[in-house]
Amino acid sequence: MARRQAPEINAGSMADIAFLLLIFFLVTTTMDVDTGLTRRLPPPIEEPLEDIPEVKQRNVFQVLVNANDDLLVEGEPMDISNLREEAKNFIVGDPNFQDPEMPEGKLTPLPILGEVMVSKQIVSLQNDRGTSYDMYIKVQNELVAAYNEVRDEFAQRKFGKTVKQLEKDAELSEKAEMQLDVVKDFYPQRISEAEPKNVGE
Amino acid sequence: MSKFKKKKAGGSPGISTASLPDIVFMLLFFFMVSTVMREVTLKVEVKRPKATEVNKLERKSLVSYIYIGAPKKSFQDQFGTADRIQLNDAFATKNDIIQFVEAEREQRNPAEVPLMTFSFKADVDAEMGIVTDVKQELRKANALKINYSTYKTDNILE
Repeated sequence: MARRQAPEINAGSMADIAFLLLIFFLVTTTMDVDTGLTRRLPPPIEEPLEDIPEVKQRNVFQVLVNANDDLLVEGEPMDISNLREEAKNFIVGDPNFQDPEMPEGKLTPLPILGEVMVSKQIVSLQNDRGTSYDMYIKVQNELVAAYNEVRDEFAQRKFGKTVKQLEKDAELSEKAEMQLDVVKDFYPQRISEAEPKNVGE
Repeated sequence: MSKFKKKKAGGSPGISTASLPDIVFMLLFFFMVSTVMREVTLKVEVKRPKATEVNKLERKSLVSYIYIGAPKKSFQDQFGTADRIQLNDAFATKNDIIQFVEAEREQRNPAEVPLMTFSFKADVDAEMGIVTDVKQELRKANALKINYSTYKTDNILE
């Protein structure tokens, strides 16, 4: 018997099948990149601390948000649009650390700069259970923005680069990495959230 | 006498479609690779807030999501309109968080557990009370890396 030749497969409908699949994936694809504010929670407290370290009033930038989304900053009502500027003023503080309203300085050894006075600033944030999530994110955002802007200005002044540039360069050069550390250590991001108080439980 | 023949007038030559499947396959592979299938069906309404100082969430495989918001319309007759927590595919209470954290950890490589992030996908209109509760539970479970999922904008104050 003569061997039959294998018939060629008709590939004409391949495109149709591929199109079908393509359309399926096109429709199901969601291309949103997940972005957000990254934060770190404080570790859990096992027992109530006996001696809570005292923090002087002048070192604390107090931000309170009530259930009506009103802000009280350092005892004064404030609009959210002014928060960033106020926070920046506080974080930078008085260059000589003499102003009794502004945070104190602490002698700290840093790479490159040597022993310098670093502000003991802390930002304290307390919100009510009824505060809206939107407002909370806004406040958090403004506080982070204040730190970022202060750091940026400092990095520009000292090293002639923004923090973003430093971060980019840090992957390649050790010097940039050290400079980045200096910037972060000079203005450490201290946003403390008050322990929630359970009143009716 | 001319050396060059005049082209035949009229009648456009048919475009070859032989490479069409290749092009389509190329697109297909691109979309197949970039597609992330949605793992959960949302039972709560989540409209994320906006922020300017956002970071990108890297290593998506190490991120677990906690959804907070009011139940969707179809669930409202059963669950009411107060804010609820959703973990995976079901409504949950704050007491389920620790268990959820443990379950999520078990699915990951032990070496990568410290790098895990818990991302809050909460609604703009949610109240902070429930978010604070979840945060406290996460602290108890020692899951300290968190992220508030937001959209990126240039100005949040308007």
